[in-house]
Amino acid sequence: MSDGPTVIYYYDGTYMGFLSCVFESFAAHEIPVAICPADAADQTALFGAKYIETDRERAERVRVSIPKKMGLEAQELLERAFLTCLPEKEKHMLAFLRLGYRVGRPVCGMLTDPVVHRIDKAVRFLEREAHLLLGFLRFSEYGDVLIAQIEPKNSVLPVIAPHFIARFSGEDFMIFDRTHKLALVYRDGEPALLHADAIELPPESPDEQRCRAMWRTFYETVEIEGRRNPVCRRTHMPKRYWKNMTELQHLT
Amino acid sequence: MDTMEKLRILTDAAKYDVACTSSGVDRGGVKGGIGSAAACGICHSFAGDGRCISLLKVLMSNACAYDCAYCLNRRTVETRRATFDPQELADLTIRFYRRNYIEGLFLSSAVVGTPDYTCELMLRTLTLLRRTHRFGGYIHVKAIPGADEALIQALGLLADRMSVNIELPSNESLTRLAPQKTKAGILAPMTRIRNGIRQNARDLVQYRSAPKFVPGGQSTQMIVGATPESDRHILQLSEGLYKKYSLKRVFYSAYIPLVEDSALPAITTAPPLLREHRLYQADWLLRFYGFSADEILDDAHPDFNPQLDPKCNWAVNHPEAFPVEVNRAPYETLLRVPGIGVISAKRILRARRTAKLDFEGLKRLGVVLKRARYFITCGGKSIGRIRTDNPAVLAGILRDRGLPQGGVQPEMPEQLSLFSPTEEDAVKCLTGQL
Repeated sequence: MSDGPTVIYYYDGTYMGFLSCVFESFAAHEIPVAICPADAADQTALFGAKYIETDRERAERVRVSIPKKMGLEAQELLERAFLTCLPEKEKHMLAFLRLGYRVGRPVCGMLTDPVVHRIDKAVRFLEREAHLLLGFLRFSEYGDVLIAQIEPKNSVLPVIAPHFIARFSGEDFMIFDRTHKLALVYRDGEPALLHADAIELPPESPDEQRCRAMWRTFYETVEIEGRRNPVCRRTHMPKRYWKNMTELQHLT
Repeated sequence: MDTMEKLRILTDAAKYDVACTSSGVDRGGVKGGIGSAAACGICHSFAGDGRCISLLKVLMSNACAYDCAYCLNRRTVETRRATFDPQELADLTIRFYRRNYIEGLFLSSAVVGTPDYTCELMLRTLTLLRRTHRFGGYIHVKAIPGADEALIQALGLLADRMSVNIELPSNESLTRLAPQKTKAGILAPMTRIRNGIRQNARDLVQYRSAPKFVPGGQSTQMIVGATPESDRHILQLSEGLYKKYSLKRVFYSAYIPLVEDSALPAITTAPPLLREHRLYQADWLLRFYGFSADEILDDAHPDFNPQLDPKCNWAVNHPEAFPVEVNRAPYETLLRVPGIGVISAKRILRARRTAKLDFEGLKRLGVVLKRARYFITCGGKSIGRIRTDNPAVLAGILRDRGLPQGGVQPEMPEQLSLFSPTEEDAVKCLTGQL
């Protein structure tokens, strides 16, 4: 790769768009200083900026090369890395790919390498947050539909979806991610991921309110006063989750 | 009495029970039913005392026929009594479960009337959940000592985990404080459950569709600090329970004086939270770190060192075992190093296949160098290894500072490695450690 003038890539923010950027980087023998999601319209004027169109065929060539060159584990790691809140994740994922193409399968085990470590750490944060939300997420019943709202730092919906679909296979439900404006909608046994700016909810039914009150009663009663330990509680259940949790909302 | 009031009374009466984990069973969802179970367990909330809330933990009833000295629900205590109707409790469980408040139900009970009658109430509740609601979530049920074997067997076929409380760590203490209970009376149902699990394992080999008996295994708990047993005695008891009764977990509960009794510590005694914490740390060493009870405590040291966690304590007293070369040492040896936990040990094995490890790399693997540095070398080099054979010097450096004021919470699955609480420990659920 040449040390040409610095270049920034813009793309449409999809995984296939990112893979198109990877293709471009190799084809043009250049390493962009940044890869940023953006609308096609607002970047063309910038000096050294390139908008990379999502090209299905090119992206697909990159996609299938990953498991072939560096194993399925690397493929899964990268797909998850794309869901993380790691700043400049695209740049770091490109660095990981360049390393992976060079060393092949062992790449995922190179946990002490700064490039691999950065990706691995971000993915572990995503997975930890996803795991916490399996428990902290709260549904409310509206009619026959269960609705939950979450505000995760990482885009956890694709990670937690299989769990809730298996658990509530007979229900209709929706989980709305306010941070990423994404909704998992499960209706009549069919799941879908949709973009939505916001959702509007009707007022809660008396039955829903009764149920919440009983849960709060349980929550408050089960505490042993002689062992009160707010620090321990906060360590295991960071405060940023509280406002979407039935039993803790009133404390925030 | 309405459900809300019963919930309040029967939660209050159940809250001193320790176990709330939902681990050990992996079960996908069922079409047409509701619920699943995750082997790693899922915490749904944390109470103000920092304890994990995973299950709806209630008593079937607190109207007890017995009169155990340490117990809040003893017959002679003046308190409000309530009993759930099985239908009422099953409905409440489902309502909570659908909203993702809980992972399932933890059902225990005082002895209402007779052990058999109590068991029948519990059995009706579980039958409603499993058969009528086709509930696939987690159920932990407490075996009632003295109940008919057939009832225990029936409960075991519907529950994921069963437990019998040891209550107190020795027969003498039982005789003194719980005259209706005996060691033999407690161990008998424990033996039956163990045998049931073993028999079931054989059945499952022959018939894949054989109904599963207590697939999540059995656990127990005991009260620490109400009676004079040493830490060593308690730890040996736990080791025996893990080995002889194949228990999945032993829980420890620091005694909180709630009732006045001349046989008990004064009501002003603070609960021994540090001691409880040390017991959990040592328990982890037994289950995941390949330690035996005799290595952790011996005749000369029958009680835990309040200053040092048990793993550090072992390390400073065994200078001959160190330093460990992290680039070569086998897994079992790495696990003995303070600052290296189960996950970081595994990551070391993996990472050193592709690169020689240095101290910077170890940090990236999640090793807590603050502790580990005194016990390891990297490619022959060491940092901060102290040139002294005096355990007291090392102990001073490694001393536990800033222990959480109220002790540390026992049952969080996050605490796989109590010694090196790194971010990786929190994801251990994801990698299926438990």
